[in-house]
Amino acid sequence: MTAGLWEHWLLPGVWITVQLTLFSAAFALAVAFGIGMTRTSRLRFVRFLTGAYVEIFRGTSALVLMFWLAFVMPLAFGWQLFPMWAAVLAIGLNYGAYGSEIVRGAIASVAPAQGEAAIALSFTPAQRMRRVILPQAIPEMIPPFNNLLIEILKATALVSAVNVADITFAAQLSRLATGESAQIYSIILVLYFVLAFILTRLMRLLERRAKANIGQAPPKGSLVTRKLIGKQETEQSRNIVVGGGAQ
Amino acid sequence: MKWDWDVARDFLPQLGHGLLITLEATALGSILAFALGLVWAMAFRSPSRFVKWPVAAVTEFIRNTPLLVQLFFFFYVLPTWDIKFSALTTGVIALGLHYSTYTAEVYRAGIDGVPVGQWEAATALSLSRGRTWQAVILPQAIRRVVPALGNYVIAMLKDSPMLALIGVVDMLQKARGEASSSFHYIEPFTMVGIAFILIAYPASLLMRALERRLGH
Repeated sequence: MTAGLWEHWLLPGVWITVQLTLFSAAFALAVAFGIGMTRTSRLRFVRFLTGAYVEIFRGTSALVLMFWLAFVMPLAFGWQLFPMWAAVLAIGLNYGAYGSEIVRGAIASVAPAQGEAAIALSFTPAQRMRRVILPQAIPEMIPPFNNLLIEILKATALVSAVNVADITFAAQLSRLATGESAQIYSIILVLYFVLAFILTRLMRLLERRAKANIGQAPPKGSLVTRKLIGKQETEQSRNIVVGGGAQ
Repeated sequence: MKWDWDVARDFLPQLGHGLLITLEATALGSILAFALGLVWAMAFRSPSRFVKWPVAAVTEFIRNTPLLVQLFFFFYVLPTWDIKFSALTTGVIALGLHYSTYTAEVYRAGIDGVPVGQWEAATALSLSRGRTWQAVILPQAIRRVVPALGNYVIAMLKDSPMLALIGVVDMLQKARGEASSSFHYIEPFTMVGIAFILIAYPASLLMRALERRLGH
């Protein structure tokens, strides 16, 4: 590979991938909390709407959704999005639906007595959520969110199909320019792995701090993947079907 | 919104053909993922670290890199080493290999869930290693993980449109073909999207019912 390809395509591509991952993750997180917290609403109508959202977007293929947002939306509704934002929207909507199940599960796992105690102390529902439930639920969410973040990173490779110049797109160009497929694809696979590794380390740090806040010991983990017990593995496969989606 | 029912009707037979390819890729990919995943999971349990570590490293690597890039790797690199497959075969191999690293974790969790007493009992009965796996451990381990495996089949279904990007004529590729030849974008892409939801949603309901049946 020539220096020009590195400088003009691959390195900017890495930056685009990082940006896409962070924006999609932020959007997915907002969706996850929004949907996950309203899914237990007292109003049947709200429960139905959020439930329908989760089922529809968990059933959608991220790539098809991306094509739809990039090519159908401009024609059908006259909204032309920048390809990058179409990609962020597709990944965020899709993985936000998975994330909302994580949020819901973590909130449900907080002991009911905690909520009851907060009621007894006459906290408002908002205070109850913010001061009692969430501080205990969030450390529970971080490990599955870590896995989701890796899935999002992997899903960003799909954006090359709607012509966003990320790492995968740069690799395609380099392949066409030089024909050194083996070298180029090996390099970018390693790049993706390094990015996944860095993200996992950052999430571990976050988890350690969140756990320390409620007086729990940090967990021990393997290199990148988390080792789960049988029930968690079932739960994860249900919530995080990646790459699915992607990836 | 200018939805044209005639276009939709004309595209329907093509969608059917694409669906067959999508299902074929998913089914073959699943078989490969189930078989390879079991191999990895048993290798994790190997007493030799020369087996354990390389397998762990390779599965970790495959699991944490994008399927799409792996797909391109197989599609563009293997032919330069004189290994030539059709696009569909390449796609099935990539899909199966990628998801085998997920199913390996599922199997591993299932195997870890078998009580130690079962291993000890097998030793006490002086069963051979192969017999212990085949008659004692696996039947108990796999039963527990069927729903999780099923969920990954759904995940593979939803990732199968990536095969369109290496030229496999699945549902998405049919839609892209229709769009580029007749400039109708709205109907084909929308129908493909709906088709995925229509398959994936009942399938996920089925897996949830299975989870309850198998007592998780």
